[in-house]
Parts: sequence; C-alpha cells; structure tokens
Amino acid sequence: MTPRLQLSGITKRFPGVVANDAVSFSVAPGEIHALLGENGAGKSTLVKIIYGVQRADEGGLAFDGRPVEIHSPKEARALGIGMVFQHFSLFEAMTVLENIALGMDDPPPRRELEGRVREVLNTYDLALDPHRDVHTLSVGERQRIEIVRALLQKPKLLIMDEPTSVLTPQEVEKLFETLRRLASEGCSILYISHKLHEIKALCETATILRGGKVVATCDPREESTRAMAELMIGGSLKDLTGKDAALTGAARLTVAGLSAPGEPPFGTALKDISFNVRAGECFGIAGVAGNGQNELLSVISGERRDGVSGTIAIDGKPITGLSVTGRRAAGLASVPEERNGHAAVPAMSLAENAILSARSRMGLVGGGIIRSGAARRYAAKVIEAFSVKATGPGAAAKSLSGGNLQKFVMGREIMQDPSVLVVSQPTWGVDAGAAAFIRQAMIDLAARGAAILVVSQDLDELLEMCDRIAVINTGRLSEPMDVKGISIERVGLLMGGVHGAHAGGDAAEKAA
Amino acid sequence: MGWKLEPRREESRAMMLAAPVIAVVATLIAGAIVFTLLGENGPGAVYQIFVAPLLSLNRWQDLLVKAAPLAIIAVGLSVGFRANIWNIGAEGQYILGGLAGTGVALQTLDLEGGWILPLMILAGVLGGMAWAAVPAFLKTRLNVNEILSSLMLNYVAIQLLYYLMRGPWKDPEGFNFPQTAMFSADQTLPMAVPGTLIHIGVPIAAALGLTAWFLMVRSITGFQIRVIGLAPDAARYGGFRQASTMWLAMLVGGGMAGLAGVLEAAGPFGQMVPQFPTGYGYTAIIVAFLGRLNPLGILLAALVLALTYVGGESAQTVIGLPAAATGVFQAMMLFFLLATDMLVRYRLTRTTPAPARTAPAAAAGEPSAGSGRPGEPPPPAGDRIQRERTEAAAL
Repeated sequence: MTPRLQLSGITKRFPGVVANDAVSFSVAPGEIHALLGENGAGKSTLVKIIYGVQRADEGGLAFDGRPVEIHSPKEARALGIGMVFQHFSLFEAMTVLENIALGMDDPPPRRELEGRVREVLNTYDLALDPHRDVHTLSVGERQRIEIVRALLQKPKLLIMDEPTSVLTPQEVEKLFETLRRLASEGCSILYISHKLHEIKALCETATILRGGKVVATCDPREESTRAMAELMIGGSLKDLTGKDAALTGAARLTVAGLSAPGEPPFGTALKDISFNVRAGECFGIAGVAGNGQNELLSVISGERRDGVSGTIAIDGKPITGLSVTGRRAAGLASVPEERNGHAAVPAMSLAENAILSARSRMGLVGGGIIRSGAARRYAAKVIEAFSVKATGPGAAAKSLSGGNLQKFVMGREIMQDPSVLVVSQPTWGVDAGAAAFIRQAMIDLAARGAAILVVSQDLDELLEMCDRIAVINTGRLSEPMDVKGISIERVGLLMGGVHGAHAGGDAAEKAA
Repeated sequence: MGWKLEPRREESRAMMLAAPVIAVVATLIAGAIVFTLLGENGPGAVYQIFVAPLLSLNRWQDLLVKAAPLAIIAVGLSVGFRANIWNIGAEGQYILGGLAGTGVALQTLDLEGGWILPLMILAGVLGGMAWAAVPAFLKTRLNVNEILSSLMLNYVAIQLLYYLMRGPWKDPEGFNFPQTAMFSADQTLPMAVPGTLIHIGVPIAAALGLTAWFLMVRSITGFQIRVIGLAPDAARYGGFRQASTMWLAMLVGGGMAGLAGVLEAAGPFGQMVPQFPTGYGYTAIIVAFLGRLNPLGILLAALVLALTYVGGESAQTVIGLPAAATGVFQAMMLFFLLATDMLVRYRLTRTTPAPARTAPAAAAGEPSAGSGRPGEPPPPAGDRIQRERTEAAAL
C-alpha cells in the first residue's frame, strides 16, 4: 500500500545544532503513528517541516506516493494535512464559531459554516456549543475547537502535538475515541507525545527520536513503557527513592478559609480553600489549567494580597499579613509555573537571578549593596549541586534550555532550605532525566522535614511523588485523598468538575 | 531581491553601543542635506554647530555649563525609564526646583551666610520632588497614566512661573520687568574653576553620574529598578513592589530635575526670569536614550546635546542660521536613534531565494507554532549556545 506520508532523509540545521538528522519514516493510511521523544529531540521541528512552517535543508516528503514541496501551512492544508497545536490560538472574547471562521483560509458564509461545524460535531460525537464564548469553555472544549477546525478541511493526515497535556483522564479517553474513529475512516494520525502509556493505548507504530535522529521504530503495544522511555532518553531510568520513608509530622503549612478574586479578565476566584501540609509530606493539587492554580500560588507566595481573606500559617504562625520578602524570611519558598520572566529574569545572569529570591536568606545583600561575590558563589553552588548545564554564574538565564533553567530555579529555592516549598508545574517542558532529578530533590527536601506543596496538571507526576492529593476545580479544592489506593476515575471526575454520581460525564457534557 | 528585517536571537550588544554613534553621524549627514535643500549652507551649518565649538576653549566652558543640567536631569530620568516608568515632566520639575530655590533666595536676600545656598539647593530638590509626587500619587492610587499627568504638569509649572514673575515675586526695583531681584553673592553658585564660567554644578553633575552608575549596578535598589523594567512579574516574585518603585523613580527623577533647576537659577541666571525654561527637561529625554540609560553614557550624551545648543547659538551669529535649527538637529538625533535602535533587536538581511536563512521568520505566520509557552522551545532556542554575559550586560 502506498504510504500516506513518507519522509526520506529529512535534515534541518539551525546555527549550532542539527534539529533533524536524516529522519526517515512513513505513515500508512488509517495508521495512528506516534512520534516520541524528549523536549529538544526534534519532534516540533519535524512537524513544522511537514506542516510547511519550516523547510528542510535536505531530504524530501512524499504525500500519497507523490513527492511534494510544502512551502506554507496553507499548502499543507490544501494537500489534506491538518494540525492541532499544543497551545491553542483562540480569542477568548469571541464565540466558537467566530474563532473557527477566523482560522480559515476562505471562510464560507456564517450560516453555511455553522451547518458544516454542526455536521462535524455530530459525526464525531463532539460536545461543543458553537455560540458559546471561548472564555467560558474548559480546556478540553477549547481543544475540540481546534480539532473541528482541522476536521473541517477533511484531512487525510492529522498531526496532534501533545494533545493530552491539559486534559482530564475522561477527556483523554474521549479524544482517543474520536481519533480511533477518524483512523478507521482512513485518516492517518501523527501523534506527538512523551506520555508512554497513552501511546501504548492508542498507537500502532512509534518512531522514537533522540538528538534529531530516529533511534528506533517499534510497535508500542509490544514494548514496555520502560524500554521506550530508555530509548527516548538514551540511558537508564532511575526510580524515585526515599518516598516510603517520608515521615509525616505536625502541620507546617496551614491554609484555612482562603478566598481571593480571580486575576482579570478571565481569572478564577478562589473559594474557601482549606488544607494543611505536614512536615515531611508532599501534598499535590491536581486540576485542569485555569481552575485557580495560579491564583492559589500567588496568594500563598504573597505576590497577590489585595482582596484576600482567610489565613495562611507556617508552623502555626500566621503569614497572611506579610509581604513576599517577609514570607521568605518565615521559611516559605515558591516556584511559579512560568520560568521565563516570572521565576527568573531571562536577560539577567544566574548570579543576579540568585539575588532575586535568595538575597535575604542567603545573605547576598548587605547594607543595601549587592554582595556580588556571595551571589556568584551561591549560583555556582546551585549549578554544581543540581548539575545545571551552564557556562557559570555569569551565564544569562535565557541562554539555558528550559530544563536546565528549571533545575537552576528549583535548586535556588531548595538550597535555601525552606520549611515550606510551594511549586507549580515543577517539570513542565522538562526532559525526563531532569524531571526525575527535580522530583527526587523535592522528595529529599521533604525527607529533611520540609512541607512540600506541588500544583501540577500532570496527574502521573503527582501520583508518583505525593502522599496526598486534592483536586482544584473552578477555584474550589476537594477533600484530600491518600495516594495509596486512590481511584483515578474519581480524581478525573473531580478534575472535570463532577462531584455527584454522573460516572462517565465530563465538564463539556455537563455544560452542554 | 530586497532587504528585510529579521529578528536576532539575542540583542546585539555591539549594536547597542554603536546605535548612538550611527544616529549622530546620520544626523550630521541628514542635517547637511536638509539645510542645503532649504537654501542654507548645509555643510557650513553642520560645521558651525558640531565642530567649531570644539575648537575653542571658551566654547568648551559653555559646553560644560550647558551639559551639567542636561546630565543631572537625564540621570534622574534614566532611573525611571529603566523601570518602564515614563516621567515626561522633567521640564516642570526643573521649573519647580528653580522656583523653590528662588523662594528661599527671596526670603534671604538681606541675610548672609554659607547656609543659604545649601538651603536653596535643598528647597530646589524638594520642589522638583513635590511636582513629581503628583503623577506618582495619581498613578499608584488611581492608575492614571504617568506620561500624561507628568507632561500636563509642565504647562501648569510654566503658568505658575509667569504668574510669580508678573505678580508676587516681581522685583520692586526692576522697572516693572517681569523678573525677580538679582541673587546675592551667598545665593550664587561659586565657580569650580576660578576665572571661568564653570560653576560647581559641573562637578556635581559628574559626581551624580558616577554615583548613580554605582548604585544602579551594585545596590539592591538599582537591582529592583532593573528587574521591574526587564520582567515585572519576576519583580513581584522577588518581593519588589510596583508602587514603591513608582514612588522611588518619580522622586529621584523629580528631585534631580529640581536640583538642575535650582543650580541653573543660582548659577548662569542669578535670578528668576520668565525665560527660565529652555527645554532642558525635554532635551534630557533624548540625552537619557542617547546615553543608553547608563549614567556614564549619559554624561557623554549630555555633551553631545549641549553641543547642539552651543553650536546652534554660534551658527545663528556666524552664518545666520535660524534659532529653530537647534531643535531640528535634536529632533533628528532622536529620530535616528529610535530608528537605529531597531537594529539592536533585528538584523538587516538580503532576501535571496535561499530558503534556509528565512526559516525562523516564517514561523511568525503561524501564531500558535511559535508561542512562547514553556512547553516545547521554538527551534532556535534548541540551539543551546551558552554565552557568557557580564553583569553589566543589562546596562
């Protein structure tokens, strides 16, 4: 059978790096093909070449057996290639239909478009109201807009870039049904992910990339996740150690009746949140993005204090009235979700970034004057202890890769030996090796008696490292659950906002 | 075949330093052309304004005296500009500084003592601060745009000056001219170099520039201002509050402008007159940017802009160039500076059929492809060139 898509010897160089090195593989009609690899392995560059966003330096593409040159996404769409990006490009203040029309090369009249959109929604059993404003939709529903956009073009090849990173387990299952259905109709799917159990459940073939090269092609249903992971990182995986030994003592971080307004314009208000984190404990907060996680983190760190009610205490002493600096002095360390421009200043050196949050606890400032020597030494210590790949304390934060900058940021906080560490998305966009390292460092800190609060959309991560988990949805926090013997289905339902007994329902259906 | 601008991966430090030089050279060339087209002697105008003053020792004195207030104001403004706080009201703060010093002088006309001048200077600084406090208050309490409020206060300050000159502060023995009495010897700036025009404002400006440079690089307050300007969210995370930075920047900017004002009043003017505002507060904005918001650069840039004032005056007398020529040259300099600043972040490339060069720019056509979320880095970021950058990189 003629392959739907055939890549032969695709090579793409950027100054100083080869992003793709003679990559060849093919996707059959109706096949669900996984493209697997760590961040920086070259997956994104490769799909951008297929979708016409970038052009290969060498090598060629064939579509349905015909050699093609794709110069733009428009040409890709004309060939029958659709793509759903990881990050959506939607206008929050507009309706679903308006957003779809804006994304089309040549939109038909409104009424005709609505008819076609409804047809796609019905055919693939997708729950979505075309007239809703986007800012009222859940992440899963927003993704459906992007899928509908792609399906309206009747694609022969659909590229999905990390589609499940923000979905609840139920939404993932629903997405997979849609994709299987599409494949059964002959549409090929190129599925990009680093979540191995999903690939095992969905894909028939997997091409594994490392350092821009194809290192293996396999049938994921036959391989163990561990074997695939080791192919991906090119080394052996280490298990987390010391978690069982974690002793949990008295409550160190106590949050009671915390409420706060949402960040404008479409933020989520926090509603009466109460929990505590004990000494030696890792406490996880799961939830779909945009349900109040950022608000909760900035209220605890002290970055937002306007309109906040309720109390936050460390070791029984209230810190609610203290500034960011005061809270740090009281033993709190925090790492926000966004590294660039929030946890770190990209244009500044690592030594200066050490001053940003460690200046008072580590004595990097005296009498109002910066102690540059001490700052450089502290930054160098963090670089060494957390094996950060950087030229030294003078390297600009923006010159580090995402994983290395995250290691530096985490190290900067952990090495201050805080009594409470609050972290959001500790391993977002970080490769598997660095992620394991960061998780281990947090567990080690807990083992020394600190209380750790982890906010993450990655449920697997929370299950791996936390002792208890609670779920945040529309600004409310569920009861905490022990991770041992936890029901994934129940967590998924809570993430989708279903608190009653509607098994199998998700946020979209509830809303529709 | 043509030219196009392509984003650089990193800001070019070389271009950042070269841009002011390019801007000055472009100003000279364009100035010569423009004045030739206007029927004047273009090259002669450029020579008279930018070269002739440098060849005369007496003109150098003028240059330093004119550069001093520009440098003092610009150093103060640069603090705010670094933090993205846009105080456009230096002209008004300069006037208020001069008026506050004059107020003290008029109360102490009959007194003697070394304490009078320091008191005038203190009053001048406070006057400038008070004028700058208005936009700071409006911004922090009511979120009023400081660009507009500080700018509009300039006109209020000018009207206040006119009122005082024609009314309460008019010299009773001044033949009804709208001006104050001449200041006494104890109210006038002593000369730094005896026998010249160079008053102590000149060394004060140099000392302030050096101090500001040290504080911006080494103090935690300077660090706070740089972080707020580079990454406001990171500043909040670091425990630096926007409101306190606003107050700090406005008070420093206003205080320095007020200082420049009182030094001018007690120095070259020796009294207060309606002609006191000469646009230093606006020109200092050009000085601040020409000096790359770096206090040391500002000291140099102040000399360049002072040259346009001094040279403009001599060009009027020597070759009969209109007085507006000075303004034209200053405006061209700002224009060319803003234009060349583009090259700090972009590079000019030839568009050739070779596809490889244009690849990074092509991503712009697909917004979601290059979105800056922390997930997958865009391909150029995968290029992990570690580049040593000195602490001064941000300067």
